Amino acid sequence: MIRFDDVTKEYPGGSIGVDRLTLTIPTGEVTVLVGPSGCGKTTSLRMINRMIEPTRGLISIDGKGVADFDPAELRRGIGYVIQQAGLFPHRTVLENVATVPRLLGWSRSKARNTALDWLHRVGLGPDLADRYPSQLSGGQQQRVGVARALAADPPILLMDEPFSAVDPVVRQQLHDELLRLQADLHKTIVFVTHDIDEALLLGNQVAVMRVGGRLAQMDSPANLLAAPTDEFVADFLGRDRGIRALSFVGMPRLPLQPEVTLAMGERPPADAPPWMLVVEAGTPMGWVEPAKVRGAVDFADLNRSGIVASVTGSPREVLDAALSSPTGRGVIVDEVGEFCGTVRASDLIRLLEAERDQT
Amino acid sequence: MTWLATNWRDVISLMGQHVWLAGLPLVIGLLLALPLGWAARRWRAAYPIVVTTSGLLYTVPSLALFILMPLILGTRILDPINVVAAMTVYTVALLVRSVADGLGSVPESVRAAATAMGYRGVRRFFAVDLPLSVPVLTAGLRVAAVSNVSIVSVASLIGVPQLGHLLTDGYNRAIQGELITGILACVLLALAFDLLIQVIGRALTPWTRTGGASADSGADSAREVAQAVRTAA
Repeated sequence: MIRFDDVTKEYPGGSIGVDRLTLTIPTGEVTVLVGPSGCGKTTSLRMINRMIEPTRGLISIDGKGVADFDPAELRRGIGYVIQQAGLFPHRTVLENVATVPRLLGWSRSKARNTALDWLHRVGLGPDLADRYPSQLSGGQQQRVGVARALAADPPILLMDEPFSAVDPVVRQQLHDELLRLQADLHKTIVFVTHDIDEALLLGNQVAVMRVGGRLAQMDSPANLLAAPTDEFVADFLGRDRGIRALSFVGMPRLPLQPEVTLAMGERPPADAPPWMLVVEAGTPMGWVEPAKVRGAVDFADLNRSGIVASVTGSPREVLDAALSSPTGRGVIVDEVGEFCGTVRASDLIRLLEAERDQT
Repeated sequence: MTWLATNWRDVISLMGQHVWLAGLPLVIGLLLALPLGWAARRWRAAYPIVVTTSGLLYTVPSLALFILMPLILGTRILDPINVVAAMTVYTVALLVRSVADGLGSVPESVRAAATAMGYRGVRRFFAVDLPLSVPVLTAGLRVAAVSNVSIVSVASLIGVPQLGHLLTDGYNRAIQGELITGILACVLLALAFDLLIQVIGRALTPWTRTGGASADSGADSAREVAQAVRTAA
């Protein structure tokens, strides 16, 4: 657990970076500091590993004040992923990842093996180990940055806008991998971003900060979307809060309906309904309009515009599946991708409303 | 050619002297410029002072400096140490700025990352800041080396032998062969120094010649844009 107790950072000249910040960052979870530029989020992050010293107040890790640690020793025990990766350009990928293990005095071979292992865990092959950072793509550099931060297996990981410089597709991959890694590792992660969607996606809790370094609200993503504390937080969260909140509420029992299905290459029956779902070996392939099918169903007859949702997905995903389906019936699959039924938006919403009325 | 054929032993020995008098100050000067340049970088107020002072030092005429050295150092007038010390002053004057600018060329994100990983001051300097300054430092050293080879020849006026002796002696005695040999030997030596520094610089910076994927794609996209602009025009 990391605690900020009434922490203030005042710069020479009187400008305030962080203003009386009190915050508890729970162990083993992702806490995101989010806010517009100038809100003191990076300053707060850097006060944890003493790259910036607070003017007043106390920051402690598991009850021990960070000011009592030797700064370099403290930092070797806290992973740090910086904006634009900040890799050492004169060192190979492997040497970059082995940085902290070597600083901790590990033997060359142990540091090397650990580094290779971490490269593998962030999805990079050993063929990249001897390259220099300039030979990697932006996304690969960020992965190396994450591997370098984790190499000595620190319990705490600080991430300062790590994915802000990569394109949206790569960013989504990096998000997925970070969540996958975190599900394994259970690190105490403090993540700084100015992107509220990234904050809501990654954070177990999200601290919204306002310009002048003050904490506006700290809450779970669902609570934040459901009950922003004031207009600033509401504005910062942006539009579509009601819809976005559906990503975070628990899925009620799905109102699944059965479908009459067709297999590929099968002829639609004479009394077919206007739309039928084609399922091949359990996997939903798409919808067909039997009236328009001449002979057997083949690939060209399929309408594949609908989005498929998982039975474990959030209400938002299920609603999206229903609304994007040409039939208004969202296709739902189980964990292994096999068709288990369809859901209508109206049924889902009725259920969500009933759920809300109960609480 | 006939002059060189009979005097080549002397030329070789003078060249050896010249290498020492120009090369040793290069090494000492670099070692002195490192902390000075670092300080100029570390304290913002120090940068203009250090850079201006070192620039002014370079404007002191070499002959004056050679003659002043015995007074400052308490050495004998013919002692080659006078030349080494004076040349060191020039080298420092040129290199302080290179060191400061080289350290300044290290990206802020890299510096911050090094600190965040737990590097302490001195180790960070040698492990991160200094290696990344090598390209800028190499450029400065090349200028200083050529400048040293040229200025050292003036020392023949105070009686310290090196290749400059061929110039003064050849001029005084109107021996054309000796003059031309002196000039060519100086040029060759300057080129040799320059080449040596480049080779060492390249050996220390393998990461700058990787033809990186990102750099490639950057160049590619620049070419694509250029192509698109041409097509549009």
